[in-house]
Amino acid sequence: MDSSSKKVSIFKRRKFRSEEKKDMISGYLYIAPFFIIFALIGLYPALFSIYLAFQKWNGFSPMTFNGLANFELVLTDPLFWKSVYNTIVMGIMGTAPQLIVGLILAYLLNMAFLKFKSYFRITIFMPYLTSMVAVALIFSVLFSNHESSLANYVLTNFFGLDPIAWAASEWGTKIAISLMVFWRWVGYNTIIYLAGIQSIPNDLYEAATIDGANRIQQLRYITIPMMKPFIILTVFTSTVGAMQLFSEPTVFLGADAFTRDEAMTIVMYLYRDAFRLQSFGTASATAIILLILITIFAVINLRLTQGFGKKRGRSK
Amino acid sequence: MSNPVLKNRKKLSFGRILVYVFLFITSILSLFPFYWMFVMATRPSAAYNSIPPTLTPGNMLVENFQKVLNQIDFFGGMWNSFVLCAVVTIVVLFISSLAGFAFAKFKFPGKNFLFVAILVTMIIPPQLGLIPQYFLIAKADLLDTLQGVMILFFLNPLGIFLMRQYISGAVPDELIEAAKLDGCSNFRIYWRIVLPIILPAFATLGIIVFTAVWGEFLWQFTILRDPDNYTIQVALAQLSNTNNIDFGMILSGVFWATVPLLIIFLLFNRLFISSITEGSVK
Repeated sequence: MDSSSKKVSIFKRRKFRSEEKKDMISGYLYIAPFFIIFALIGLYPALFSIYLAFQKWNGFSPMTFNGLANFELVLTDPLFWKSVYNTIVMGIMGTAPQLIVGLILAYLLNMAFLKFKSYFRITIFMPYLTSMVAVALIFSVLFSNHESSLANYVLTNFFGLDPIAWAASEWGTKIAISLMVFWRWVGYNTIIYLAGIQSIPNDLYEAATIDGANRIQQLRYITIPMMKPFIILTVFTSTVGAMQLFSEPTVFLGADAFTRDEAMTIVMYLYRDAFRLQSFGTASATAIILLILITIFAVINLRLTQGFGKKRGRSK
Repeated sequence: MSNPVLKNRKKLSFGRILVYVFLFITSILSLFPFYWMFVMATRPSAAYNSIPPTLTPGNMLVENFQKVLNQIDFFGGMWNSFVLCAVVTIVVLFISSLAGFAFAKFKFPGKNFLFVAILVTMIIPPQLGLIPQYFLIAKADLLDTLQGVMILFFLNPLGIFLMRQYISGAVPDELIEAAKLDGCSNFRIYWRIVLPIILPAFATLGIIVFTAVWGEFLWQFTILRDPDNYTIQVALAQLSNTNNIDFGMILSGVFWATVPLLIIFLLFNRLFISSITEGSVK
């Protein structure tokens, strides 16, 4: 009896050890597909982009080392700076109102008395389902240059203003593109904020009500601070998204997309260099500058968002 | 003198009406482009020039779509997009759940480091590698093919993250231990025990991946050159790329490309909306 139980325990331990080894092998094996694909199509291209940024290359003839000349070419090109300016302007016009309106909508949609909640939620979210190409095409017709386009009709008849060449003027294109970005994304952010608001425990509000806090004070000292993680998340994703704007202006301007400069974004500038002008070195340099710009703006906006909550707290 | 309760109720009801008006206007603004797209898709292009603007549907639904079919391979594009999204979704679900299972339930050296590494890869903007990726696809002789488009989308760090979170919460360790005692291999445990439990998470991640790939444009636009291989996004983009622009035709194409997605959404709207919040809130 005694010896047999010993045997069992040795057998068990050995089995346990081989089991552990098996688990280790399985573990590595199961995560391997991601890392293999990542190495091939994520890491290698990213590193190669950095290498390419210092080369002169048209895609066919051998590369030649170019030092910092690509960066110099890009950074002294007025069109590049125009694209940076356009990206920032459309980024601010398209995303800042979107996040503010999203917060307001989420707050209203969470009100206890509200009926037809799911109707409002579904309709406000629907624009997100149209693809970027579809949105750009719909808006290219809504905001066409014609005097009779719906946007111009509203402008001239309801506001008494002059019609605008939406697809051919400095501010017309920017406003139209910002509006389509706003229209498509506001519901998406509303849904995220709504989930955030609903995750705030009710006791907090109850305690505040007992302490005599009114609605505005509750909003200021409970809702907004508790929503901060969600606000930070949306600010981050929409900053990164805004810096990568490409599809909307490209489709909105159609055949003119890469010849006009009113709505040329950084990624469009990059695309044009690479696939229209076969200048892959400068395009790679632009990609690296873009990465740096995205990092800078993401950090600035995160700081601003974080500071925003703190100041509120201090003013108590 | 005045009844405070009554006063309060009055004030509130005015506020409530304001809330309803604001939300109602918002929902109209959200829906109007859809409705208007339908109106234009049923009208001749000339309707566009009428003042005041036409706001009721006409009778050219079929004719306009006929023009779309003459201009682009609409059904081919829809089919290509569907195949692309279906394959990418299945592959991503498989890769993510397998890796998520490993991260959630196995012990191996470097596990935490590797998991953090996967999260860090999410920060790399997709455009950084665009040019080398293009040449990589060219070298593999996959330019202008759906396979060439797919490969890039197989990379989905968010999927692994979501799956790990879900599996560590939903699959009890005891269940795995018991299966091991019965002599189940690890892959069999994944296939027979883990997969059935995580089906709800598959729905969430599946929707996120499918809709993201369906709407993506830059990469598809870069890789696909021959109209026969266009996905619906690239095909639609060609509609406005001609010299004589026909608004009725353009919006007809957009309308018919959007309708299937809208129907699926209206049927499963809860699932869609929860997939968005789960994907971003976790």
